[in-house]
Amino acid sequence: MPRTHRRAPALLVPLLLCAGLLLSGCANPGRGSADDDPTRPVTLRFWHGWSEKNEVKAVDAAIARFEELHPNIRVKSTGNVSDATVNQALRAGGGDAPDVVSSFTTDNVGQYCSSGMWADLDPFMKKSGLDKEKVFPKTLLSYTSYKGTQCALPLLADAYGLYYNKDAFEKAGITRPPRTMSEFREDAVKLTERTSGGSYKQLGFMPDFRLYQNSPDRLLAQWGPKYFDADGKARLAESPETAEFFTVQRDLIRAQGGYGPLERFRTTFGDEMSSQNAFLTGKLAMHMDGEWRGLMLNEAEPSFRWGTAPMPVPDDRADTYGRGYLTGTVAGIAHSSKHQNAAWELLKFLTADTEQVVAFANAIHNIPSTNAALASPKLDRDPAFRTFLDIAANPRSTGMPPSVNGGQYIVSLRDFSFDVEAGRVHDLAKGLRALDRQIDDDNLQSRN
Amino acid sequence: MAIPLAPELRRKRTRERLRTLGFLSPWLVGFTVFFGYPLLATVYFSFMHYNQIQSPTFVGLRNWRYVLEQMPLFGPALWNTLWLVVVMVALRVAFGLGIGLLVTKVKTGAGFFRTAFYLPYLAPPVAATVAFVFLLNPGTGPVNEALSAVGVSAPNWFNDPDWAKPSLVLLSLWGIGDLMVIFMASLLDVPKEQYEAAELDGAGAFAKFRYVTWPSIVPIVMFAVVTGVVQTMQYYTQALVAGKLASGVSIGPGTVIQPGYPDHSTLTVPQLVYSLGFQNFNTGAACVLSLVLFAIAMAVTSLLMRKRAGLLTAED
Repeated sequence: MPRTHRRAPALLVPLLLCAGLLLSGCANPGRGSADDDPTRPVTLRFWHGWSEKNEVKAVDAAIARFEELHPNIRVKSTGNVSDATVNQALRAGGGDAPDVVSSFTTDNVGQYCSSGMWADLDPFMKKSGLDKEKVFPKTLLSYTSYKGTQCALPLLADAYGLYYNKDAFEKAGITRPPRTMSEFREDAVKLTERTSGGSYKQLGFMPDFRLYQNSPDRLLAQWGPKYFDADGKARLAESPETAEFFTVQRDLIRAQGGYGPLERFRTTFGDEMSSQNAFLTGKLAMHMDGEWRGLMLNEAEPSFRWGTAPMPVPDDRADTYGRGYLTGTVAGIAHSSKHQNAAWELLKFLTADTEQVVAFANAIHNIPSTNAALASPKLDRDPAFRTFLDIAANPRSTGMPPSVNGGQYIVSLRDFSFDVEAGRVHDLAKGLRALDRQIDDDNLQSRN
Repeated sequence: MAIPLAPELRRKRTRERLRTLGFLSPWLVGFTVFFGYPLLATVYFSFMHYNQIQSPTFVGLRNWRYVLEQMPLFGPALWNTLWLVVVMVALRVAFGLGIGLLVTKVKTGAGFFRTAFYLPYLAPPVAATVAFVFLLNPGTGPVNEALSAVGVSAPNWFNDPDWAKPSLVLLSLWGIGDLMVIFMASLLDVPKEQYEAAELDGAGAFAKFRYVTWPSIVPIVMFAVVTGVVQTMQYYTQALVAGKLASGVSIGPGTVIQPGYPDHSTLTVPQLVYSLGFQNFNTGAACVLSLVLFAIAMAVTSLLMRKRAGLLTAED
């Protein structure tokens, strides 16, 4: 018998083993069900990203209120969970996977909805008689759904506005916060103070995109560009607002000393969430940030008086003043949850119960995410916070549209913006067309 | 024509084969589970669309086209990885050998110097990187303050795309202890008689190194180069931490770390594999990248292992 024939069975064993392993590797993670009885005793797992002491306390208080209303449901919460952990855990599909999940960013909603990783919530809302159009503001609903699938609901929102140093304004002879981009540039220059060594003592406004919350998508919201057309094709190059935005940003950089010196000055800033935050230490006279910064400033008691206002808008659209960038925490039900009806009870309570939403918003100084809570008299009336409530209520305020590959297109926009601010993009129109192509290629790659 | 074997002899051979297989089986199982299967699975998934939730679907060469033609980060990541492989490995081997030679020649305080050069290697990579980013901070770091105090215009180190990779090389040279130890051991192992004979022949320091030391330590240099290449192909942590810290971008829960700051100059292929595979869940493209990396690592290693590369002698 030829030797090759005798080898065949020996080779077959490892090959079959590999093929078996390969196929088992393709198996989907465990599927959940919505057949459970929400009145039966059950323990739910709730994963969220909050980690600060006051935040965890607020989450615990919310759970205590829920458990009082639903004595049969116990909730085990886990904080400080990142999107990456949620993504990986739900894909791994272990027995301890969460039932209710939340994310601090709206970037991944498109991915959650299109992949089925977060369950479609419309059937649950229909069963409960919850009219989402009436309960939630339109912008918040748009960033929690993708192509008609509502797989998430807003769990408080974040609005972005301008923080400014009132003492610095007074010293520079500025009487009110800027409303247009021309005023913004003028004020930024007036507020900038240099050191004898050529660096900065105080900067009017740091326009560089890598500073804290300064990402281009947030600043671009003041122009309200069109990211995608009806077919989902990227349209940033065709939207004149995009080019205008980059031109204004480059002008702000030039007017305050140039990209190199500004970036070097940025390296002297402390961590965003620390007492060495550049606005808190007086290195920045104006600063874009979310509503939560107000609570932090109150606690830190800086050595100057500060105020809040909406971010300025383009000169030719001065009537849109008051708009801003909106985002927020989103929550949903894990596809692998075996207790989806009970999970819905918790999700409904956290996102749509007016009393709960107001209490939670007041506790962690976030924007409430339902129409009823926004109008509630129990809501914190702090004037600095009021600015952000108004930005959230402004019909021109926008969030980022969800995409099939999550925040990949925002990453591409940021990468392009870093090149623009550094002066590496010489033909902006050509660069924007290439960016659109890149976003389309990435989206196509993510589709099945 | 095969000669039929006696039944007794055949049974003996079968027993021997089974015994050999028994001794080999732990390795065979490990190789199959941890190398064979992952490699086959990687090839399989490189032709599939798979987001790790829905069932994989066959997409032909789409993932390959995407990575090789449409993904703008592939070029910079590959360039950075190859740059680090060439520059970092070469400098680490040369520096490790230099320090090894130095500590074997020192007459007094040899123990102190050996410990001093080895200690940095024991620092956890993340802690060492954090310390380097702090020391080399262009705005507040003590290194730039000291340099500007003596009138030297200091670079922006990890914040400058032209200096970020050299800064990582600097960090790797600081932790040279691992190579120093193996070079020191190999240098101490060179027979003293050969040096004495060379001295009698009138050889100078360079000639002694060229004709006595080098031939003796070549296998160790080979080991250092090959393991260095393989390790640098997998370079991930230090570049990621340095980029993240130097960028100054706050990373809160829910925020995805984008590697490569500044301007993708510290982006490496393993970072891109992780981003694609476990942040974007673009499994197919991540598998393509892994296979490209595997092919390059195999090619470079084979090239180095060839006798003609000069690092292996006939005896090796």
